[in-house]
Amino acid sequence: MNFLLSPAPHIRDNKSVTIIMCVVMLALLPATLGGVYFFGWSAAILVLLSVISAVATELVMNKMMKREVSIMDGSAALTGLLLALCVSPSLPYYQVVFGAIFAIIIGKQLFGGLGFNVFNPALVGRAFLAAAFPVHMTTWANAFAYRGLDAVTQATPLAAMKFSGQGTSYLALFYGNVGGCIGETSVLLLLLGGLYLLYKGIIDWRIPISYLGTVAVLSFVFKADPIFHLLAGGLLLGAFFMATDYVTSPITAKGMWIFGIGAGILVVIIRLFSGLPEGVMYSILFMNAFVPLINRYTRPRILGRKK
Amino acid sequence: MKTFAKGIHPSYCKNETKGLRIVEAIAPLKVIILLHQNLGASCEPLVKVGDDVALGQKIGETSKFVSAPVHASIAGKVTKIEKLPHPCGTNVLSIVIEGSGDDSRKLENSIFESRGIENISHLEIRAAVKEAGIVGLGGAVFPAYVKLSPPKDKKIDTILVNGCECEPYITADHRIMLERAEDVVKGAKLVAKACNAGRIIFGVEANKKDAIKVLREVVRHKPEEGIYDGLEVVELATKYPQGGEKMLIKAVLDRAVPSGGLPLDVGVVVANVGSCVAIAEAVFMGLPLIKRVVTVTGSGICEPKNLLVRIGTTFKDIIEQCGGLTADAYKVIMGGPMMGVAQYTLDVPVVKATSCILVLAKKDVEEEKIYPCIKCGRCVRNCPMNLVPTRLAAYANSGKFSDFDEWGGQDCMECGCCVYVCPAKIPIVQLVKLGKLKLRQMK
Repeated sequence: MNFLLSPAPHIRDNKSVTIIMCVVMLALLPATLGGVYFFGWSAAILVLLSVISAVATELVMNKMMKREVSIMDGSAALTGLLLALCVSPSLPYYQVVFGAIFAIIIGKQLFGGLGFNVFNPALVGRAFLAAAFPVHMTTWANAFAYRGLDAVTQATPLAAMKFSGQGTSYLALFYGNVGGCIGETSVLLLLLGGLYLLYKGIIDWRIPISYLGTVAVLSFVFKADPIFHLLAGGLLLGAFFMATDYVTSPITAKGMWIFGIGAGILVVIIRLFSGLPEGVMYSILFMNAFVPLINRYTRPRILGRKK
Repeated sequence: MKTFAKGIHPSYCKNETKGLRIVEAIAPLKVIILLHQNLGASCEPLVKVGDDVALGQKIGETSKFVSAPVHASIAGKVTKIEKLPHPCGTNVLSIVIEGSGDDSRKLENSIFESRGIENISHLEIRAAVKEAGIVGLGGAVFPAYVKLSPPKDKKIDTILVNGCECEPYITADHRIMLERAEDVVKGAKLVAKACNAGRIIFGVEANKKDAIKVLREVVRHKPEEGIYDGLEVVELATKYPQGGEKMLIKAVLDRAVPSGGLPLDVGVVVANVGSCVAIAEAVFMGLPLIKRVVTVTGSGICEPKNLLVRIGTTFKDIIEQCGGLTADAYKVIMGGPMMGVAQYTLDVPVVKATSCILVLAKKDVEEEKIYPCIKCGRCVRNCPMNLVPTRLAAYANSGKFSDFDEWGGQDCMECGCCVYVCPAKIPIVQLVKLGKLKLRQMK
């Protein structure tokens, strides 16, 4: 009789890379559907195009680099989804395709594929789009504009606040019927997904809490409205789904605090003192660069060893 | 409830056997006594092919300090002395005894039988334990005699009796605590006497409430034997690896064993409950360690049992007494599912380390695809030693053994929590073992 030989342990818990990617996508589903509800079918088409382009690019890169096909692990699809959720709903379709291709090739595959990239691939794609197509990336369709109910374009709440001192009601920010990226406007739907990820133990609480907490405290210190800054822009999408990206965030508990606090400081500095209304993307990309260093200097103290 | 930091909560799968009384297995007609069953030095054979040996006769021994002699577990004739497979993976010199099933010869009674613990000196306890070949029966197989002989400069204040049994499936220690509680306590008192320790604490996981109750009764109801103050039974959280020596000490006493050190460096000696029973039997009855309790369980076993088995009985003989294997039996493991060793043959014998024979059916065996590390940090958050397992694995895998050492690779106790939670299914423990091996070879 032949028995299977393999090293211990012989039992595993039920989380695998693929399952985790799928759960994160599931958690993004409310915000994605919300985006389609607020911004119409063009948002749905952007999401689909982005996901398909990301997966197709991953497949082509796998073949070209003669590596194992990795599209089934779900990471490329997740990158495509995240990218689509942080672009303007009125973006021309070909641009999101470019963004997804850039995200997968430059943001991920050239570093060595899943697990080896330094920067969050979706944000790399978004940074590319912001640099290549700045006008389209900052033209915001108003929520429900597709139904012809309201003005076609409108500033995002953060831009309105920054450039014309105009506030937006907390309730509107909470529901999400405001201008902005496809998946970032509804605090309610993002919280739903984020809390689900925390409940399932997929993400660690330290990064979102330290990130959001820092933004709240610092905006209060600089006499801005902390609640507005928590609810507006891409902060919740970033805090729950982008900053917590495993590959590009620290692996130690202490490191997660540093990462979250650092990104929070950057968001407030960019939002309040720079020429840009929003700083979530750059805050996370900037902190991504420090992750290897943070991991190195926040090693936990081994049990039974002195400092 | 007391416990240590981090660790995991696997499903325990103990219900199959935790209610089954320990049954004495049928004495086999043939036993294979491996000459290396302990941590430390191997034994030299004391018998030749063709010799007649008696039940309990010492057949292997060495003069090295860290060692334990081995004994014949049946009476019979030595038919072979050759290298045979060890359940831990290598081939070691072994003595094969074939008997007639006649066990009539009585073992000599102990000289201490009629004496109370107070009247036995620590030297006599150590001598009896050494002669009986007792090792740590929780699985670490560290010679008990060495543990009971702490260096003069190390003051032992506490004996921790390990009744955690945190590995899933295994119920041997649980049954021992229920059925042999008095002997567990007697053995613990002997250990305390040998180490001149004033305090004995029994640590038991909360999923064995009945054992905690029984132990508490024994400890409280025998005040006249309670020559040591502070006999205490502590309930510990059910969490793996609570039974790891360092975790147990941290949980019960909040002391950290120094890196590279032993429990005695923090004034503690840890003894497994099964070892305590063996020590009591060795001292009071003169019995050498020739039998141990083995849990035979898993979805690949027809009738799971807790058996009192003679050391040297082959897995095949034992599994036959448990209704045999199921048709879909796929993986045979010596020990628990977290740290046990997969077997390729059923011809290996039970050794002193065999707490469990676990057979899993195909449906319970996971053969998963290995992904690259996605840096999720789960291993870091669950490592009870506070290591960074993903780094250790990466360093070992890429041959950077000095980095591996610098990041604490030698502190890993190979409990497997990191692999259990790893979504990329990276064989971290296997890589850490490789790293440790290379470091030993480099020295």
